[in-house]
Amino acid sequence: MAATDTVSTDRTPPSRGFGATERIQRARRAEAAFVGLGIVVTSVGAVTLMALLGGLLSDGWARLTPEFFGNFPSRRATQAGILAAWVGSLLVVLVCAFVAVPVGVAAGVYLEEYARRNWITDVIEINVNNLAGVPSIVYGLLALGVLVYGLGLGQSVATAGLTLALLILPIVIVATRESVRAVPYSIREAAYGVGATKWQVTSHHVLPYASPGISTGVIIGLSRALGETAPLVMIGALSFIAFLPTPPVRDSFPYISFQWLLDPFTVMPIQMFNWVSRPDPAFQANAAAAGLVLLVMTLAMNGFAIWFRIRMRSKIKW
Amino acid sequence: MANLAQPATTRLNSPQAVARRRRQYMRERAIEALLFACAAVSVVVTLTIVLVLIRESLAFFSHVSIVEFLTSRTWTPLFSDAEYGILPLVLGTLLSSLVALLVALPLGMVIAIYLSEFAGARVRETLKPFLELLSGIPTVVYGYFALLIVTPLLQATILPNLPGFNVLSAGIVMGIMIIPYISSLSEDAMRAVPDSLRDGSLAMGATRLQTSIKVVVPAAFSGLAAAAVLAISRAVGETMIVAIAAGQQPNFTFNPTESAATITAYIAQVALGDLPHGSIAYQSIFAAGLTLMAMTLVFNLAAYWLRKRFREAY
Repeated sequence: MAATDTVSTDRTPPSRGFGATERIQRARRAEAAFVGLGIVVTSVGAVTLMALLGGLLSDGWARLTPEFFGNFPSRRATQAGILAAWVGSLLVVLVCAFVAVPVGVAAGVYLEEYARRNWITDVIEINVNNLAGVPSIVYGLLALGVLVYGLGLGQSVATAGLTLALLILPIVIVATRESVRAVPYSIREAAYGVGATKWQVTSHHVLPYASPGISTGVIIGLSRALGETAPLVMIGALSFIAFLPTPPVRDSFPYISFQWLLDPFTVMPIQMFNWVSRPDPAFQANAAAAGLVLLVMTLAMNGFAIWFRIRMRSKIKW
Repeated sequence: MANLAQPATTRLNSPQAVARRRRQYMRERAIEALLFACAAVSVVVTLTIVLVLIRESLAFFSHVSIVEFLTSRTWTPLFSDAEYGILPLVLGTLLSSLVALLVALPLGMVIAIYLSEFAGARVRETLKPFLELLSGIPTVVYGYFALLIVTPLLQATILPNLPGFNVLSAGIVMGIMIIPYISSLSEDAMRAVPDSLRDGSLAMGATRLQTSIKVVVPAAFSGLAAAAVLAISRAVGETMIVAIAAGQQPNFTFNPTESAATITAYIAQVALGDLPHGSIAYQSIFAAGLTLMAMTLVFNLAAYWLRKRFREAY
């Protein structure tokens, strides 16, 4: 028996003994199955998005009328709208951008271009990474304890904008650092070579080259701010606001007014949260409609940022 | 213009030039100081967070014993006979995060292995943006999804007795939310494994799947474990999904098909009511916030330690 096996009259080569062919085939089938599984599972992003959009559309499409955008909240679901919410969101994100962009970009530039390697820099770096992991509701507690009661800003647009600015600061800082780091050193050397100072090199050359990357990060950060709910719940954003903030322009001297910064406000996510927690299905349809608007806005911002990044990556060749 | 005619040394040392360089130097220093101040803002923010949480928590613990806080199984701070045992909230938080992890870990790992070891550049560039978009969806929209789409779906199919508010659907949706964190961190970890290891395995006749599971995954283990822990930390701090879909009743339970409040849901619930500044209920949300911070800090430190401790050096 054993002797005939080793003689090569047998058609299968000797190395393929012990069911090797089947094992190899099984391994190949497993591999093919895994590739299929991989494609299916990786599509979970697209599938979830479809399910979300589908669910929101079927529940809320009928509510998306022009009046929905132009009405204040109301006790009657069919007359309620998101006017105060979208104006509030716009103002809050504006304040947020006004604070977070300069501070975040400056911090990123400092860490990448100016900071010396010492323990202070290490502390700041570790700290920025840690801040990115702090739960958003904790920023709400910070705002409640310091901004609302400590500084007396109250439950205002300014409080909300500042809170969200602190929340997205790590995002802006990290995006700035990565884009600034990607600018090749030869550009800095050329500028130094003709006698530019450090700030001239940074502001005339490094920042312009880094600006596409920075703006991508800023857009992602602002879309996060737009969709953020928990910290604003903490500072007491009201969900029943039947008036708009004071207009920034007045017809008498001094013509501009910053009163709106201190006005109470509501934002889109808060309005949606309020509607979704009511048992009445009519209000839940409102929530779906508000969610649809919110989702489209944030997805558009994120999608634009991703598209912009891919385009920049393929266009810029250092 | 006129002084261009003079010899270079005179131009460089002329009083105007010296004054200009001096101004320029002062300006440079001022700008650097300003930039440093902006970078230091982040440290100030951290310190302020810790200070605020500790100050209000100390006020809270002057009314409530810390032993009761950490051991009692009842949390009813808004009742007249209030009891302050954080355990039900901690349990609710861990339970919902565990459900999320059970959803996100297998899916995230398969995605990471697929994207890092199998997918071509084209497939990756098409599917990855959709995954990234998942982490950009507002959490309040996810909350709606959990309460009004996932829960009814579960009730209609496999769990007819599921209550309207339950930890299960909140956890599942939270799991979907954290998939991008797990998959992208894991993919990074696996891509950092040098190709020589893969080549060695493939040369021995292993298939790509065998190579991935028996060579690449063990080699990237520290990064994968860190990704999982960071994702838990993310789920622990998530507020809106659980506040909307998991219910508001503190419930000492290990059963995800029941409703249970998490730490974050409690904080949001109290904030929604009109709470008087300085009351015990007001202080209790800071004590709860401190507990939450401590939990996420433990997870973040664990991730850091895992990455350091088990890092394979190539």
